[in-house]
This record gives sequence, C-alpha cells and structure tokens, in this order.
Amino acid sequence: MTPALEIEGLTLAVGGRKLVEDVSITVAPGEMVGLVGESGCGKSITALSVMRLLPSPPVRVLSGAVRVGGADVLAMAPEALRAMRGDRVGMIFQEPMTSLNPVFTVGDQIAEALEIHRGLSRRQALARAAELLALVGLPAPIEQLGRYPHQMSGGQRQRVMIAMALACEPKLLIADEPTTALDVTVQAQILALIDRLRREMDMGCLLITHDLGVVAEVCDRAAVMYAGRIVEEAAVGDLFAHPRHRYTRALIDTAPASNPPGTRLPSIAGMVPPPGAREHGCAFAPRCPAALPVCRTTTPALLGDAGHRAACWNPAPAEAAA
Amino acid sequence: MTPLLDVRGLTKHYAGPHGRVLHALEDVSFTVAAGEALGVVGESGCGKSTLGKSLLRLVEPTAGEVLFEGEDVLPLSRRAMAAKRRDMQMVFQDPFGSLNPRHSVGTIVGEPLAIHGMPGGKARVAELLDQVGLPADAAGRYPHEFSGGQRQRVAIARALALGPKLLVADEPVSALDVSIQSQIINLIGDLRRAYGLAMIFISHDLSVIRHVSDRIAVMYLGRIVEIGPAAQVFEAPAHPYTRALLSAVPRRPGAAQPRERIILHGDLPDPSSPPPGCAFHGRCPAAMPRCSVEPPELVSRHVAETGGTAIAACHLHEHADAPALEPA
Repeated sequence: MTPALEIEGLTLAVGGRKLVEDVSITVAPGEMVGLVGESGCGKSITALSVMRLLPSPPVRVLSGAVRVGGADVLAMAPEALRAMRGDRVGMIFQEPMTSLNPVFTVGDQIAEALEIHRGLSRRQALARAAELLALVGLPAPIEQLGRYPHQMSGGQRQRVMIAMALACEPKLLIADEPTTALDVTVQAQILALIDRLRREMDMGCLLITHDLGVVAEVCDRAAVMYAGRIVEEAAVGDLFAHPRHRYTRALIDTAPASNPPGTRLPSIAGMVPPPGAREHGCAFAPRCPAALPVCRTTTPALLGDAGHRAACWNPAPAEAAA
Repeated sequence: MTPLLDVRGLTKHYAGPHGRVLHALEDVSFTVAAGEALGVVGESGCGKSTLGKSLLRLVEPTAGEVLFEGEDVLPLSRRAMAAKRRDMQMVFQDPFGSLNPRHSVGTIVGEPLAIHGMPGGKARVAELLDQVGLPADAAGRYPHEFSGGQRQRVAIARALALGPKLLVADEPVSALDVSIQSQIINLIGDLRRAYGLAMIFISHDLSVIRHVSDRIAVMYLGRIVEIGPAAQVFEAPAHPYTRALLSAVPRRPGAAQPRERIILHGDLPDPSSPPPGCAFHGRCPAAMPRCSVEPPELVSRHVAETGGTAIAACHLHEHADAPALEPA
C-alpha cells in the first residue's frame, strides 16, 4: 500500500546552515506518527516542507524527497501543488487565532476549500461545513457558520481549524502542536477527536509536538528530533519503555512526572545548539553524560531494525530502562 | 501561630462592556505558612494570574484582606506597599517581556537594591548571579544575549535580591523547553531550601505543580474549588472538576495503562455572567438539582470514597462538622 507520506533523506538549509539533515519519516494510511523535539530542532520546518510552504529562497532543499500518496511534492507544478494543499493534505497549526482569517465568518472559511477543490456550490459547501462543525463536536453548527473567530474560545477555534483541515477528507493530516495553546481539559478533547477521525477516515497523521505525554497518548510510532536530525524512532510503547538514544532517555527522565515530588530533577545541562553552531559528530554529545570520544568526531547513523532505530554510539543499556 | 500569608475573601471585579462586571476573583481565602509552597492550578481564565498580582497589589483587589505577617497590605500607602515588596516578590512567565531590554543584567538585578537603599552593589549582584547559575560576566550583558532559560534566571536573581520571604511565581517555566524547565524547577527548589522561602507557584501544568508544591489549590472561574496537601489532591481528589482536570493530563511516557479519562464537554462559562449555584454545574458529570441553585461553600467535607475529609466546594460531600447520616 502506498504510504500517506514519505519523507526520504531530506536536508534543508538557509545559506550555509543546515536546518534539517537527512530526515526520513514514513506515515502509513490511518497511522499516527509523532515528531517530537524541543524548540529549534527542525520539527516544524520539516512539516512545512511537506506542504512546500517554506519560503524559497532563503530555504533550500539540498537533498531528499517528499512524497504524498506517492506523488513527488518537491517536483510539483504550482497548479498541482494548489490541488494538493487543503485537498489531499490538511494542516492544523498551533495558534488558531492567527491561522484563521478574522474578517471572514467560520462558515465562509470552511466553505472556501470545498468550493475550490470540490466544485461545490455555495449552498452545498455551507451545508457540508455545518456537517463538519458537527463532526468536530461544536454545538449548534448552523449558528456557528455565521460567527467570526474572535467570538469563539481557543478550543472552539481549534475545532474550526480541524474542520477546515478535514473539509476535503484528506489522506494526510499534519498537526503542528495542535493542542499546545489549549488548556489540558480541552487538549484531551481535541486529541481524542483527532484520534477518532484518523481511524474513521483512514487518514495518515503526522503530529508535531514537544510533549512526550501527548505522543504517548495518541501516537502509534514516534521519531525524536534533536538539532535537525532524527535521533531515534520506534513504536511508542517500545520507545518509552526502552529508549536507546541518550537524549530520549534524558527527556523521559527529566519530566517532573517521572520523579518523586519535591526531588531534584535529573536535568539536561546546557542547551540545544542553534543551526550553524552544531559541532562535528553527534549534536547531543556536549550535553550527554555518556559521550565517548567517537561521539565528538563522527555523526552516528540511525541504526536498528525497522521497528526501532537509534543514532547513538553508546546507547542506553536495556536494563536501565524503567 | 500567625501564617506568613493569610488571604481572606479576596475579590477582584473588572468593569466589562455594557456595564457588566467580570468576576475575575470571587471570595478567595487561603493561608501560606513560612517556607511553604502552595501550588495554584487551573485553566485559562480561572483567575490564577489575577490572584498572584492581587497579592502584591500589581492589580488592586475590589474587596478582601491580604494579611502578610498579620498586617493587611491592602490599605497600605504606595510608599508603605513599596517597602513591603521587599518581602514579597514576583517572577513572571515571559522572561522576554519582564526584563528591560535597554538595561544590562547587572542593572536589572541591582535595581531593587538601589531602590531600597540596600548595601552591597556590585558584589551583591555578582553573588546573586552566581546563586542562580549565571556566569559573573553576565552582569555586563543585555537580556537579548541570553536564552529563555537564562533570562528566567535573571528574573529570579532580581526577585531574590532583597531577600524576600514570599515568592509569587506565575507560570515561571511554561515558556521553556522541557530540558530547560527542569533546570529552573531545580533552581527554584534549591533556593527555597537555602533561604526557607515561601512560594505561591501558579501554573496550568499539573505535573509541575505536583512536583513543586506542599499544598495545592485548584481554581475554577475565580474561586478555589479544592485545596489540600499535594498528595491528597492528586491521589484522592474530591471535587469533580479536580478529578476531570487530573484525568485529562496526558499519561506519563512509559506508563503502562491509560487511565480512565473524564472528557469535559463545553467551555468555561463567561466570567461576566457566572452561572448560579456552582459555576461548574453545567459541565459536571455528577451535577444534582441543588448544584444549579445553591453555591457550595469551600469547607471541610466527608469524602465517602476515601473515608477521609477534604476541603472542597462541592455538594456531593457532606460538611465534615455535620453529623454523618450513616456510620461508615
């Protein structure tokens, strides 16, 4: 079966600085894959590259391929690209207030995609928009059509974003920190919604987040990014139970929930190196408690079997895993 | 013994549009002992930030008392309040917005000392920077030269400069990355232990609140709905809102079984027209007819499920001072 998304060996750069290096991710139909990392690790820019939403110049694709449903995104003509965006691929961003147009009603914004991509009449498109709002759990969907984004709460706006992204029944959903700006009870609602819809619609889903808890909650597999590279990739249960990369291990251990209340947290010294300041070898080596001499000279390859791969010269021993 | 901080009936109303009144804080009462850490948790709009600012009179409360070492600070003159702030300091969420970009870090950290005519000057600034884990040369640099985590260290050094007895920290780690968060949580913990500092730690992040707090207050729509020892609030929550809030936290990575999840429906009610009775009744899975009529008091109550008592504002549980209907 053709994967919903294949990113293969993608390297992106601005000027001489590499933002993302040799990143490969595959999302099968109906699968939810998490892309986890801290600010500046390159996870959002990887997501934007799937939609070809990166400003070029300055961002250049140095190598690699992006295929959506088998079609080469990087080679697409503008016409084909427009047809893909919002039709075969839906995208949800973190801040629904800035991603929705404040001067159009919610109904107008959802209907627009249906008119453009599906050739529906205005009346048909609005009727479908109301169905979508009901699908994402907004009460009184017909009345909601006439409301403006500022008249809604953050959780309601995020539901509108999801309704827009799903309007054309995409085969792939890219969700970039979809719940980060939301309260925890609303986050639970939205995650449950995305999880249900991807199963019902057999839609592949790439979930970008900094929150390991969110990944543990809804993803099938996850890739951990650090300083522009994927450092570990595995099924979620396996990843959290038996992390191999020292960075993954440290991220899990440093979470307050992993430690008895009031104790000092095992913190990760230093900070993420910005693009351009990344040294030779493994980018995590300067912060790694288990770094070997080789870590500072040679970049480790992402090795393992198809189920669990890690890029680490001195992986965490299995017995140390909780 | 007099608690360090004794807050009684604290209320803050804002004038809303069309003559409506926004009830940001409604009759909030609690105490904080010297050296104690009280966590305040709740979702956006629950009034937790207004609470923090009201205590230091960064916003002026509408009614109530804030007794600091037995003295009500609300009637104090501007001058007397400024002096009082030597003992009560605040750290904010956004380390970018709370530091003046035109001032060097040395000036920022030294400013409270200069204002209050405290001795020490440069030597004291160097000592403070060292305590928060910043290099000595940081004093000559400007906020933009630092990362978010380092800026939060600068803000903490400034808050500690006068040797306060109470630190109010409003979402101090929410803007930081996971690996930096734990560094700042450790720093705050170390400083609290070193100086016996009492703290009010305001956050929406339940795992952080659980980690840093001795006691926890849960807020909903301007009111405290439950307050108690951190372990009790987390292990045996009494209020249905606390239960829903805790169940919504994504499980700990690696935890084997997903917990039973209570998904709340609907949104926070409009604080300018709070519903009658218990503000939570419209979203509460256990609401009874009286909940929409009679506001529940925040008092000690028998919790049948645990056999113990809890301080919660919920009609589900009988008042602890009322005779129990059936022997347990």
